[in-house]
Amino acid sequence: MRVALFLTCVNDTLYPDTGRAVVKLLTRLGVEVDFPMAQTCCGQAHYNTGYRHQAEPLARHFSDVFGSDAYDAIVTPSGSCGAMVRELYPRMGERARAEGRGGGLARKLAPVVPKTYELSEFLVDVLGVTDVGAYYPHKVTYHPTCHGLRPLALGERPTRLLRAVRGLELVELPGAEECCGFGGTFALKNPDVSAAMGMDKVRHAESTGAEVLCAADNSCLMHIGGTMARLRSGVRPVHLAEILASTEEETLS
Amino acid sequence: MSGGTFVGMPAFPEAAHAAVGDRTLRANLRHATHTIRDKRAKAVAELADWAELREAGKRIKDHTLRHLDRYLVQLEESVVRAGGTVHWAVDADEANRIVADLVKATGEREVVKVKSMATQEIGLNEALEAEGIHAYETDLAELIVQLGEDRPSHILVPAIHRNRGEIRDIFREKMGSWGRPAPEGLTDVPAELAEAARLHLREKFLRAKVGVSGANFMVAETGTLVVVESEGNGRMCLTLPETLISVVGIEKVVPAWRDLEVFLQTLPRSSTAERMNPYTSMWTGTTDQDGPSAFHLVLLDNGRTDTLADEVGRQALRCIRCSACLNVCPVYERAGGHAYGSVYPGPIGAILSPQLRGTRSEIDASLPYASSLCGACYEVCPVAIDIPEVLVHLRERVVQGGEVTRRGVKVTLKPAKGHAAERAAMRAAGLAFARPGVLRLGQRLASRTRRLHPRTLPGPGRAWSATRDLPKVPAEPFRDWWQRTHGTATEGDGE
Repeated sequence: MRVALFLTCVNDTLYPDTGRAVVKLLTRLGVEVDFPMAQTCCGQAHYNTGYRHQAEPLARHFSDVFGSDAYDAIVTPSGSCGAMVRELYPRMGERARAEGRGGGLARKLAPVVPKTYELSEFLVDVLGVTDVGAYYPHKVTYHPTCHGLRPLALGERPTRLLRAVRGLELVELPGAEECCGFGGTFALKNPDVSAAMGMDKVRHAESTGAEVLCAADNSCLMHIGGTMARLRSGVRPVHLAEILASTEEETLS
Repeated sequence: MSGGTFVGMPAFPEAAHAAVGDRTLRANLRHATHTIRDKRAKAVAELADWAELREAGKRIKDHTLRHLDRYLVQLEESVVRAGGTVHWAVDADEANRIVADLVKATGEREVVKVKSMATQEIGLNEALEAEGIHAYETDLAELIVQLGEDRPSHILVPAIHRNRGEIRDIFREKMGSWGRPAPEGLTDVPAELAEAARLHLREKFLRAKVGVSGANFMVAETGTLVVVESEGNGRMCLTLPETLISVVGIEKVVPAWRDLEVFLQTLPRSSTAERMNPYTSMWTGTTDQDGPSAFHLVLLDNGRTDTLADEVGRQALRCIRCSACLNVCPVYERAGGHAYGSVYPGPIGAILSPQLRGTRSEIDASLPYASSLCGACYEVCPVAIDIPEVLVHLRERVVQGGEVTRRGVKVTLKPAKGHAAERAAMRAAGLAFARPGVLRLGQRLASRTRRLHPRTLPGPGRAWSATRDLPKVPAEPFRDWWQRTHGTATEGDGE
């Protein structure tokens, strides 16, 4: 099994630890991981802010980089970027067609759509594992980010993976399904509401007594974590991949 | 935030700024929305065929909208055959004119009103007042809003922003100047507040000769109108007056009587979390010696045909005004309904107002951004309106302009002002992302200068750093680590 790691531009630039964790985890599970160096950005921020036409070249570039038959799957540690490829690339193709620009874009993007998996989907559905041999001796609460929860419908996959981690105590997050308030450019365009939502998410995380708030999307964790840091909250944000990569030999603190 | 920030969105964000800081409002909204939200989830979970009902509702509405011309003509024929009169209003002014003239023709100076979104949309009460006609709202929450000289902040529960103490004060202070005053020693016990409203309104019901309503549904094949409500005030207004005038948006038509089977299941459960609403009133034209002897239906367009012309945006016309999307929306819960600057607040308002009114005003241009795109609204919508999809579509209209239909004519919109810096940033990002080398250069620059990065950002960046710490830039980006540890020859290397 050979997979292409679609790390996302945010993780590549700001959260390389998450990337290293995915590589470590998948390698441990016997998967050959490649990081195509030409990858950049899937275009989600452009698309969601209203710049669909500017997102199209990025989607084409994504298809050039990841479309190779040499990869059995494209794996990403991000619910929202995964949803961009799986849900919105087909829609972009359809819109281009509706605008009288033919089926070229749809055909171009078609090969990468079904091959793209969010990390927990790849582990549970493709590899068929829930116990990845991880060890993480901490009390953890899980926030299902919106794109993972709704468009991708990850469901129980992330929490099944977490429950199988040795030493980990999983506690339920009140109001878990409510958005954290990040929303990409929403965080800047509507900072008051975004911050209020973030504060409530942190308050809920604190109420669980957990040390760690886990999620499968660092964009949301950047917002929640930034709020936690500002509030001097004792809870810290950790990406799901980093918990799953942690073992008794090499334990993530 | 000023209007000139990097991402430049003045209207909704400014209104929301005040709302977020209002602790009473926040508490009222949190309590009310969470209560309704939880009850709705339980009521919907009771039906094993909810997904099928939702799909059926969507398809009935889509089919009707596709053949709207045909069904509206059929509806008109049916209503006329049953003894009613049909009027067509292209916009708010025309609808208000028609209603004012109809009321004047009766010689009356006051009307009682059933709760109606369409008449609020066109500002009917104000238009009638200007003609010397008093319109009395009879829905409990609308009464609270009217007496308090306030604006509605929710589709279903327009006084959701008020708690019972505030309502007691409004009743004590204002009821007397509108009619029967509040009873002596009125407290904030809900039963007492309801009794005060009942006594106050009863006087109006018994006196009024003209009733004004909207409708939840209009059945094309029979000419039947349907009003779904909880309090019984609607039933009073629909049956006691001699003249009934109903102002209804053209998208409220359904083809056949049996189509109601679907919506009379999905609407109450979605809106009030009831299995069946207490009062469902249906009337077909006029009937001798029973109910109003004159019935007028005013069919309102007011931007709906233009909305129908938009392939992505037209799904907003499926809306049955249940308000489930408001109750689950985390943005609505914190910003409140008034911030949306429209009688249609919340997620549905954010896609309806900029289509019905256009995107020219500051508030309408800001509404498509009043969402984190979390998708909770789409999940609960009983007619499966993909609100996030329409929001993104309207954002595109704001930043990019393009072809829209206004009063039946195709016009090309220019990009909205205030997005120049954002547009430039998006273009720059697009260029960098097209060249992995440029992206890498930027990442390395950020990593090498990381000790110099400020903890808070100046200018537009304050929108982030006022409440959140910035992420720390790592010593090296992932791609540098990968290259160091996994060699250079990598497939798809675009450098």
